Amino acid sequence: METVTTHSLPPDIVEFIEACKQQEHSDSYLIAVLHRIQGQFGWLSEDHMNEVAQRLQVPSATVSGVATFYHFFRLKPRGKHAVSVCLGTACFVKGADRVLSAFESELGISLGETTQDGLFSIEVSRCIGVCALAPVVTINEKTYSRVTPTQVPEMIRAEAEKG
Amino acid sequence: MKSVELIIDNTTVSVPEGTTIMQAAETLGVKIPRLCYHPDLSLEGACRVCIVEVEGVENFLPSCATAVRDGMKIKTNSPQIREARRDLVELILDNHPKECQTCERDANCELQDLAYAMGVRERLFEGKRKDHPKESSSTSVIRDANKCILCRRCVRVCSEVQGIHNLSQLHRGFDTVVAPAHEGAMADSVCIACGQCINVCPVAAFMEKNSTEDVWAALADPKKHVVVQIAPSIRAAIGEGFGLPVGTPATGQTVTALRRLGFDQIFDTNFGADLTILEEANEFLMRVEKGEKLPMLTSCSPGWIKFMEHFYPEMIPHASSCKSPMSMLSALIKTYYAEKQAMDPDDIYVVAVMPCVAKKFEIQRPEHMMDNGMPYTDAVLTTRELIWMVKAYGIDFANLPEGDFDTPLGFSSGAADIFGTTGGVMEAALRTAVETLTGETLEKIDFEVVRGVTGIKEASLEVDGKTINIAVSNGLNNAKILLDKVKSGEKQYHLIELMACPGGCIGGGGQPYPPQDYHVLDPEVLKMRARALYDIDKAKTVRRSHQNPYIQRLYKEYLGRAGSEKAHELLHTTYEAREPRGIK
Repeated sequence: METVTTHSLPPDIVEFIEACKQQEHSDSYLIAVLHRIQGQFGWLSEDHMNEVAQRLQVPSATVSGVATFYHFFRLKPRGKHAVSVCLGTACFVKGADRVLSAFESELGISLGETTQDGLFSIEVSRCIGVCALAPVVTINEKTYSRVTPTQVPEMIRAEAEKG
Repeated sequence: MKSVELIIDNTTVSVPEGTTIMQAAETLGVKIPRLCYHPDLSLEGACRVCIVEVEGVENFLPSCATAVRDGMKIKTNSPQIREARRDLVELILDNHPKECQTCERDANCELQDLAYAMGVRERLFEGKRKDHPKESSSTSVIRDANKCILCRRCVRVCSEVQGIHNLSQLHRGFDTVVAPAHEGAMADSVCIACGQCINVCPVAAFMEKNSTEDVWAALADPKKHVVVQIAPSIRAAIGEGFGLPVGTPATGQTVTALRRLGFDQIFDTNFGADLTILEEANEFLMRVEKGEKLPMLTSCSPGWIKFMEHFYPEMIPHASSCKSPMSMLSALIKTYYAEKQAMDPDDIYVVAVMPCVAKKFEIQRPEHMMDNGMPYTDAVLTTRELIWMVKAYGIDFANLPEGDFDTPLGFSSGAADIFGTTGGVMEAALRTAVETLTGETLEKIDFEVVRGVTGIKEASLEVDGKTINIAVSNGLNNAKILLDKVKSGEKQYHLIELMACPGGCIGGGGQPYPPQDYHVLDPEVLKMRARALYDIDKAKTVRRSHQNPYIQRLYKEYLGRAGSEKAHELLHTTYEAREPRGIK
């Protein structure tokens, strides 16, 4: 069946899927399509995944399997302020796990989740290349260095003030 | 083909190139222990239980997925292999609930058998346990991910045999879970409720929704008049549950067992099958005359019907409007029979014993409710559930005397018995349609061309100067192949019989787990069950549905003629397009 019940993907992504369908083994472009969607929307919604499944003729269950297998794909929308705690080796030995816990308890959400008001989300990264400043946290484009758990409430407050 | 010589356990064996080590060992009568492997599904290589030692190779190799090579020296049972295999099974057990005594598959479980055979006699470790909720939203199939051992047989059968692709492995590592897309509810998924995931599951991660408690309660209720009907394919398979050889027809014992269980009337879905043939043949001949809505598609299999509604909604006008034999009979029990007995239909409790879990879905469809909102069929038991009830009661099934169905709704022609196997509905329809078209009595009523458990059969028949093209399919991947040819115009058929399950109802999702020495979906088992039905048909004097005297009387007394207004009201139904998700 070619019937697509919900149309919510933008034309450029639909066009990209159509181009993929012209290729041999078109189903192998699934990850590339998901990358594009996450690039534009910041995450993968069920509606988007179902539409990809129908347009690319890959089972929804398979799309869902791929999207949940790779940590890169986000299945919930990112917060307006995306907190990313580096858990690379240097940051970790300097206590990044405690920084992560502080964010989780302060925001009342777990890693990978977004606050109900949509303002904050927590994710982790694996080394961003500034180990001398460990432990490092980025919130959107801003980098915070030598972060301690006690600084976390103030960081959150400052970010929230930006609106 | 080039042959390869190798040594397995000090015995030289010669097998064709491309044979796997597992297959080569089987030629020596050695069945290497296995778990995720299934001969009819793609290779998975996930469980590693079938590992063997190959001289000169450092690691143990999975025998299911390793092809033989010239000069290989293989040990299937060295002390190292025995220990490694036992360790592997123990590791699976460490994450598996210790619930054998309360599990529905106790004594019927491949993991349990394996643990026994590997000599696991103590549990050395307490592994981490999964904590997923039991998913019981579906009318038919319950998913219990805590018991799942991730062999992926269900994922494979759902996509490779049935073409549904409803299941996949989601997440990763210890969190891996087999589920529909987005871990959605089975009830909201494209699951067609065929139950083949239940059949192939080695443990109890997929089970049918159990209705035995409801049936016990009805049987114990003095206010209820409890009527039972059994599907054609039950008689060919139920004996396996009591140690009878595969393919033993057990119609009479089943009737006696049902009487001992306390059912008030024992009717036969076969009667509904004969009636289906009259209604369906009439519908077919009208369509042929008008040249419209051809090919006509059969409508007995509720799994196939839901599949059509999801994936081929444009074919809905082609489907026969006939209800299934079960639903036809249930409708008659609560109208025709109730009136004859001067009973209130609400006091009648109709139980249908079916080889099928999709029937549990069918009875809850709004089209199969009476005007007052009560269902025509109150409960569906699978063959497995009935076997359990008979055992629970303590009935010695194998040594029961043969009983007879009650009349009028228990008498049937041989044409009805063969409904239970792929090609049977077609053959039964042809016996009636051809004689109706030509007005002559057929000399030979065995239509061999539509027999056999292969996935797709096609034939062209010359009838009354017309060519009738027919096709028969079982397993829904085969339905896709046929329907795509119809849609593209590559093939023109007049009539297509479609069954969701491999082999038809004899291979249904509610049939007994295979006895020792056979595997699930084993074509040998299907052939023997089919043979039992053809033997029953052959032994009957009435072998044409239209010659069933009780059917003739029913039309005379109650329905008028085939396709009458009354017949349409009680015996015909409608279908609805459902949201397709993912893939055609």
